[in-house]
Amino acid sequence: MLKVEIWRGTEEGRYETYEVPSQPSQTVLDLVTFVQRKLDPSLAYRFACRVGVCGSCAMTVNDTPRWTCRTHVQKVVERGRVRIAPLRNLPIVKDLATDMVPFFDKGQEAKGRFIPSDAAATSVAEISPEDPKRKEADAAIECIGCAVCYAACDVVSWRPEYLGPAALNRAWTLVSDARDSDRIGHLQAVADDAGCHACHGHQNCVEHCPVGINPTRSISGLKRLVLMAAVRGRL
Amino acid sequence: MRNHPSYRAFLVHRLSGIALALFLPAHLIVLGLALETAMLDGFLDWAAQPAVKAAETILVILLALHLFGGLRLLAIELLPWSDRQKDWIGWAAAAALAVGAGFVVRSFA
Amino acid sequence: MKRLELWLYIAQRASALVLAPLVLLHLGVILYAVAGGLSASEILGRTRSTWMWPAAYGLFVVAAAVHAAIGLRVVLREWTSWRDRSLDLATLGIGLVLLLLGLRAVQAIA
Repeated sequence: MLKVEIWRGTEEGRYETYEVPSQPSQTVLDLVTFVQRKLDPSLAYRFACRVGVCGSCAMTVNDTPRWTCRTHVQKVVERGRVRIAPLRNLPIVKDLATDMVPFFDKGQEAKGRFIPSDAAATSVAEISPEDPKRKEADAAIECIGCAVCYAACDVVSWRPEYLGPAALNRAWTLVSDARDSDRIGHLQAVADDAGCHACHGHQNCVEHCPVGINPTRSISGLKRLVLMAAVRGRL
Repeated sequence: MRNHPSYRAFLVHRLSGIALALFLPAHLIVLGLALETAMLDGFLDWAAQPAVKAAETILVILLALHLFGGLRLLAIELLPWSDRQKDWIGWAAAAALAVGAGFVVRSFA
Repeated sequence: MKRLELWLYIAQRASALVLAPLVLLHLGVILYAVAGGLSASEILGRTRSTWMWPAAYGLFVVAAAVHAAIGLRVVLREWTSWRDRSLDLATLGIGLVLLLLGLRAVQAIA
């Protein structure tokens, strides 16, 4: 038997302890699902794909943000106990479900969307996979939007307006994309007071990203480009 | 969540920075005493006590930590990314401790 | 000011680039001078030997005043609840006090 402590409530709330049978290859998401199906159907949590693609099941597991569907209990259990809470730095809707709206809004605030050029409508851009800029973009592009980095980031907790690692990482993939037509617009979006310069390089994001992205590297790249644009008066 | 080298390097940089910023006004006021040579000598005699020397050693180490840690940060932000930067944390700490050891050795020279 | 944080960041990094060689020099002087104990005549004999010492330390205190004031502002903003316009004014005040103390010290050793 595992003792599973789960946060119940909203910002105000408490941990409830549940007993869940231990199984081989069990994931943290399996624990939560067992509690919801067998012990307390009122438990709220969020998941979809169960295979590490959709990015919807992230939670705080023993004080560390993780994707729960790909986290084996065996890896995180401490003396027969697992403590599961909602992600940090986001409002709590109920129990383990956070309100992801501020996180996704910051993706838009960072102008994290592709701006096509007119030429892209009539011709296909030829981009070599070996192109150095393309490689930079490729290294950062597989983000699943799970908000684990956002929850791990202390700068977000100290400056709630800070755009955060995921949004800035996304912006970096776009300024590194030769097909995007609004490089200065992307740089302006990340140069504002909540932008890339608030990052201190703690690298909590790098340590916790479940798909192995290095947002600090992306943010450092943005810092350099914004710096050069600013001193040349192009922002 | 914060138990990794980069975060510890940040804490060292921030705490050493705060300590240096608090020490700086005192240091500058004392140097201002040089306008009155006798007063500066009086202070330097006081500062030769072992306890003050020990505090000075710590300040020298903090300054060196902030310098070498800061060079690492400048490298991360201004130069292309290097996966070897985790090693730089160790080198920065080693260099700072070497400066501190040098200060202790020279104090007895 | 538009993009105040960005310009403070740039000032912080620029002052750091100025400070890095000066701090290295300062540490070298400390290790050189501490042997055999310090005295006012020894310190002043060195700093008054050439105009380059006061010039270097003059640059040092200007860069240090900028760097320390901006650094403290970041710490206060992040680790306390002080973050309105008065913090910016306090930052300016801290920088000016450090600058005045620094220039006075440089004048004393020049």
